[in-house]
Amino acid sequence: MSQENMNNNAQHYLAEFDQFQETVERDWFSEQRQSALKLFIETGFPSSRLENWKYTDVRPIAKQSFSNVSTTTSITTEEIDAIRFQDIDCYELVFINGVYSKEHSRLDGLTENIVIENMADALAKDKDLLEKHLSQYADNNVSPFTALNTAFIQHGTYINVPKNTVVDKPINILYLSKDNAQPLATHPRNLVIMGEHAEATLIENYIGLDDANYFTNVVTEVSLSTASILKHYKIQQESVNAYHIGNLNVTQGKDSLFKSHSISLGGSLVRNDIYGQLAAEGASIVLNGLYMTDGKQHVDNHTRVDHLKPNTHSTENYRGVLNGKSRGVFNGKVVVHPQAQKIEAHQNNANLLLSDDAEIDTKPELEIYADDVKCSHGATVGQLDKNMLFYLRSRAIDEDTARSLLTYAFVNEIISDISLVPIKNRLEHLIIGQLPDAELIREFTNE
Amino acid sequence: MLEIQNLHTKIGDKEILKGLNLSIKAGEVHAIMGPNGSGKSTLANVLAGRDGYEVTQGSVEYEGKDLLELAPEERAWAGIFLAFQYPVEIPGVNNVYLLKAAVNAIRKNRGEQELDAVEFLALIKDKMKLVKMKDDLLSRSVNEDFSGGEKKRNEIFQMAVLEPKLAILDETDSGLDIDALKIVSEGVNSLRNEERSIILVTHYQRLLDYIKPDYVHVLSGGKIIKSGGPELALELEEKGYDWIVKDDKGENEAA
Ligand SMILES: Nc1ncnc2c1ncn2[C@@H]1O[C@H](COP(=O)(O)OP(=O)(O)OP(=O)(O)O)[C@@H](O)[C@H]1O
Ligand SMILES: [Mg+2]
Repeated sequence: MSQENMNNNAQHYLAEFDQFQETVERDWFSEQRQSALKLFIETGFPSSRLENWKYTDVRPIAKQSFSNVSTTTSITTEEIDAIRFQDIDCYELVFINGVYSKEHSRLDGLTENIVIENMADALAKDKDLLEKHLSQYADNNVSPFTALNTAFIQHGTYINVPKNTVVDKPINILYLSKDNAQPLATHPRNLVIMGEHAEATLIENYIGLDDANYFTNVVTEVSLSTASILKHYKIQQESVNAYHIGNLNVTQGKDSLFKSHSISLGGSLVRNDIYGQLAAEGASIVLNGLYMTDGKQHVDNHTRVDHLKPNTHSTENYRGVLNGKSRGVFNGKVVVHPQAQKIEAHQNNANLLLSDDAEIDTKPELEIYADDVKCSHGATVGQLDKNMLFYLRSRAIDEDTARSLLTYAFVNEIISDISLVPIKNRLEHLIIGQLPDAELIREFTNE
Repeated sequence: MLEIQNLHTKIGDKEILKGLNLSIKAGEVHAIMGPNGSGKSTLANVLAGRDGYEVTQGSVEYEGKDLLELAPEERAWAGIFLAFQYPVEIPGVNNVYLLKAAVNAIRKNRGEQELDAVEFLALIKDKMKLVKMKDDLLSRSVNEDFSGGEKKRNEIFQMAVLEPKLAILDETDSGLDIDALKIVSEGVNSLRNEERSIILVTHYQRLLDYIKPDYVHVLSGGKIIKSGGPELALELEEKGYDWIVKDDKGENEAA
């Protein structure tokens, strides 16, 4: 096995694929699956010799022979109710160990012209539309994980919002992972097509139960037509023993807006990639992110925004809080192409190291090939501010609480920008819950 | 109440306090004046428990206990309050919630019932009037984007709410306009009582017109080199520090 091609598990994936093919219909997509698998087998898992994977070693994923067969695909109503957003009225799709659960999903009341459905159903009946869009925005050549996902496309979410339509409620997708007979690999595939002037809010939730060991390999493709708006939330709470690779690909038309909040809290080894293509004038992308790690977690966030046309805007603000022996990676790349004049691109990454053994590698990158542009980027890595700590302690606040408070204040910079209140509340709850003196801190944030 | 004996402190290799003695009884107001860099803020910080200072000699007793052993928050629970020369901005931490947490932390550690929201609001309403504190400052982050004077006023407001036994005011008067100086001084005066002691660090006699100290000390070169009554401040205002500092050097050389 060469270093560049560490697909020591090629046989395993070939066998898995054969087995998988028997379970799905031979159809218009079969050929694409096969070529994607071929590509994956040839390239193998990415080695950390590749610039793009320099700080993230995926051998723990490559080594394991994850199964593609879900043995557990049910969940009790009590279990799911504990997980759902109770205070948010939304369309909801539930997947258990990668498999769509019609029973728990809630799509009633949906206007007829809007499509929100399981990808497997869409594949079977919406050939014409899907052919135009599926696998058109995510490039199998960019990441072997995307190729692997494409080979195994089955369950996932297909959303089509026709022009001039506003989806009246947020769309919430729950990907739940539980213990499985054999450690499971799932390859959720989401496709979101937004027509002209269409608007929607989409939440992708990844939640691990039972401290299960599994591998989520998700690919989301988004196509935004003229003046459409998609607000996108990704909340990653995989189990402590889980691997999560996520690839989000957005192609934007004229005056469209994509606003993303990517919150990474769980997982043992996590990689989130976002690719934004500002392919027409006036397109804007806002990328906000937060990662909080502890123990031996490894969380890598890579983003790349291509300003392909003039008057496009990108703003990125990611914050990380790293504790224990955890490791974070941030790489934010902005490429301003030659014809893209009068663009604006701003990028910031701030990190808080709470322990001596936590580490972060941060690299904001700007590549500018146009001359009339407004760009800025910056990255900081620091500890809690000593003067602030002393000030709080001199005001009778004990040291642990003071630390928690300052940590939360740091994180809140990202959370406070979330306009969907139930999500904000849930995140606050989750994050504060991890800090000492949660009750007291909660008070500070009530207003 | 406070007994400082032969206090020597270092920051890194630099000795800053060099044998400081000071004794304060309950109810007394002591003004500490002295040239820039003489160690006034260092003394204030050491009393409040900021780390980075190494005490190499001497002792500090507060209410009969060794103060230097206590963490900053324990000192606050025991009734010590420092109004900072440079109050710290803390983005994202709400001013009024900090105060409520502070009040309740102190009460809890004294075995008193914590205040609920209603009781707390009643308490701060009163104190806000005392220092004419603007409403909107309360709901903002601690000191964030406050003007210099607003920060100082916020310190005194906190002091009024926390009702310390020993308050150390480090140049609270600098940065205040004339009206604010009056208001803040009145606030401080109204908190004066037989149990509460106050250390006023200042450069200006003007403050002492409003808050009459029982004693005035001159801190220079890390020591208190002269002490007297309020009249000493007037003399300093007129003659500066040179005459005492020279005197002191003379004494040192003679000794
Ligand atoms: N962290 C530090 N590291 C090194 N030297 C310090 C530090 N903090 C204070 N000093 C030095 O200690 C000396 C005393 O400083 P201090 O702030 O106590 O003076 P001060 O009397 O309060 O002065 P001012 O009237 O200007 O406020 C100064 O020479 C100062 O430069
Ligand atoms: Mg000073």
